[in-house]
Amino acid sequence: METKSIMIVGVGGQGSLLASRILGNVLLQQGYEVKVSEVHGMSQRGGSVVTYVKYGDAVYSPVVEKGEADVIISFELLEAARWAVCLKKGGKIVTSTQTLDPMPVITGAASYPEGIIENLKGMGIDVTAVDALSLAEQAGSAKASNVVLMGVVSKKMDFDEAVWQEALNQCVPPKFIEMNRKAFALGREA
Amino acid sequence: MKKLMLGNEAFARGLYEAGCRFASSYPGTPSTEITETIAKYDEVYAEWAPNEKVAVESALGASFAGARAFAAMKHVGLNVAADPLYTAAYTGVNGGLVIAVADDPGMHSSQNEQDSRHHAIASKVPMLEPSDSQECKEFAMLGYDISEDFDTPVLIRTATRVAHSQSAVEQLPRQERELKPYVKNPQKYVMVPANARGKHVIVEERTKKLITYAETAPINKVEDNGSEIGVITCGAAYQYAKEALGDKVNYLKLGMTNPLPNQLFLDFAAKCKTVYIIEELDGILEQHAKALGIECKGKEIFGCIGELNQVIIAEKLLGTAPEVTPYPEQLPIRPPVMCAGCPHRGVFYTLAKHKITVSGDIGCYTLGAAKPLESIDWTICMGSSISCLHGYNKILNEKSQNKTVAVIGDSTFIHTGLNSLVNVAYNASNSTVIILDNSITGMTGHQQNPTTGKNLKGDPAAAVDLEALCHAIGIKRVRVADPYHLAEMEQAITEELAVDEPSVIISRRPCALLKYVKHNPPLHVESDKCRSCKMCLKLGCPAISMKDGKACIDHTQCVGCGICGELCKFGAIAK
Repeated sequence: METKSIMIVGVGGQGSLLASRILGNVLLQQGYEVKVSEVHGMSQRGGSVVTYVKYGDAVYSPVVEKGEADVIISFELLEAARWAVCLKKGGKIVTSTQTLDPMPVITGAASYPEGIIENLKGMGIDVTAVDALSLAEQAGSAKASNVVLMGVVSKKMDFDEAVWQEALNQCVPPKFIEMNRKAFALGREA
Repeated sequence: MKKLMLGNEAFARGLYEAGCRFASSYPGTPSTEITETIAKYDEVYAEWAPNEKVAVESALGASFAGARAFAAMKHVGLNVAADPLYTAAYTGVNGGLVIAVADDPGMHSSQNEQDSRHHAIASKVPMLEPSDSQECKEFAMLGYDISEDFDTPVLIRTATRVAHSQSAVEQLPRQERELKPYVKNPQKYVMVPANARGKHVIVEERTKKLITYAETAPINKVEDNGSEIGVITCGAAYQYAKEALGDKVNYLKLGMTNPLPNQLFLDFAAKCKTVYIIEELDGILEQHAKALGIECKGKEIFGCIGELNQVIIAEKLLGTAPEVTPYPEQLPIRPPVMCAGCPHRGVFYTLAKHKITVSGDIGCYTLGAAKPLESIDWTICMGSSISCLHGYNKILNEKSQNKTVAVIGDSTFIHTGLNSLVNVAYNASNSTVIILDNSITGMTGHQQNPTTGKNLKGDPAAAVDLEALCHAIGIKRVRVADPYHLAEMEQAITEELAVDEPSVIISRRPCALLKYVKHNPPLHVESDKCRSCKMCLKLGCPAISMKDGKACIDHTQCVGCGICGELCKFGAIAK
């Protein structure tokens, strides 16, 4: 199988590391060779962050460049727009509708772009937009947006739900598992 | 069963399986998780050292005691540890000694882009270079064998995309090892000139033996795909090249990048019409190939700045590029910022308000240089804030000393800031130092340090008393201020700048991200009271923005620190 590339993008602190671990775990269980590339350190402090997940028969480079991604999972609208250039023709975006103003917007040097979803669709991208933040709060914590989005993505991939549940068990600490299961279920229903 | 592991986690697994008993490190992105992971194995003693020099010396002592020992650091940390490294290269080891050094091409979280292979060459220490997680594990284990067989410390170089990428790793049981008895041997261990002269001869002989080893070492691999094009590569660059060029070329993949083999290079090149050298940062493989008379191309195509990737390689060598559709508008950038509730914010707000010249240091608080606070004037390396300020004030004296400060975090202060503060006291510069004590090593992801009262394993430990320490080295004026109370911080800064002697302000408030920190409920803006003066926006808090002409606080980010409320003249920010 040709290597598939997924990008998980968002704002540092939104929980992309957990999302990439869940996804990587699911893919490994399916018998693929998997590489997940994370960013730690300074960019985690509220900056634009990206995690790459690649899988296939043989995966070499852990990074994804412009024009190479099959799917982008985004925790924040502006970040979906920023990284959309990395999608292949016919690629998909699953994004939260949450918006977080970056510092140039806060200081008034720039304004938060409008019409992002329409623009992305105009680029020929298959866009699924979900209010993951509200669903996460419904599940018990705003921090579970990442797992809500994993729920949404799970419907778009051909793997049994049991595999995802097993990955959740392996990646989430026991005391948060119930809340995260609920978040995942809300994502699947969205 | 194979498990997905970060390169760093796999590295720790390799150390564990190889019977490592001792690890001492200072955190540094992207090396930190090696030591965090090895600390989870009960068979291994693991600690955070105050700095990398202490870590390497401690690991060397453990090696003398007969244990397989380890130290980890980021590339710039190896500069701090260079002193023991260059002489440990002479003494050699008793138990094996492996030192991990993690480079950061692209500078995701670093102040420079140095190539650590230069240290291996200069110190005459062998260096291994894994390119994925399984290799991280295997090379860590092999490192110990090489260390003990050749009586040398071994450097293992990773880079961000190896250290922080996960791939599948096979886990095996630990091989327990007896301690090697320590035998007194001054000619080997006491590096006075008479002994060191003898050891230098042995080091040069060892390098020759290592070159012979490198000629046939299984980790220096040739992949012959019957092509006329040859690629010589190492580390992450090998993975990028494989993805871009697949089986269209032959590869010489070097798992050992110091010393480099000669005949292996020559034999590989002899079978190829064209040879490309694909390596990140400096042209070290290329210089070696060219010194052997091999005609090849490398840096003239790829340069020595930033990371490589498969698209760059395909574009340069094959002339192909993926089809790209850009987003139709220019988008605002999203640089990293101090978190909502970050205790450093109150300090930088006050410094910016008074237009103070700020000598910066390495940590989360380097973000005080970013807009809108733009408070920091310079940042060099760990501990440099205090010493740079000292020199600056010694030259400018009364022109600078009442309007300059140094800012340094608790962990960075202990790392190398302490020596600099001794210099301020001893040589009496009228300098004001602010220790940003947030009770943790922050930027690298919350590691304990000698000021926090806990050790790497989370157990209670002696805590440095910063006030007493500053007094003890001769600073008479030491005071503590709470950065959440702007008036208190402002008073401390203005008063200490006004006095004619060295002073230290300890800005004390734990990092807002620490799990034990209890947050207040999020604040909110009472829109009818907000006059849209944007005073609160001057803090650069990511939770505050303007919505429909009024200030607005994002409840998902706000931790209720309250400093925006202290600034608001109209009482519009409420609990």
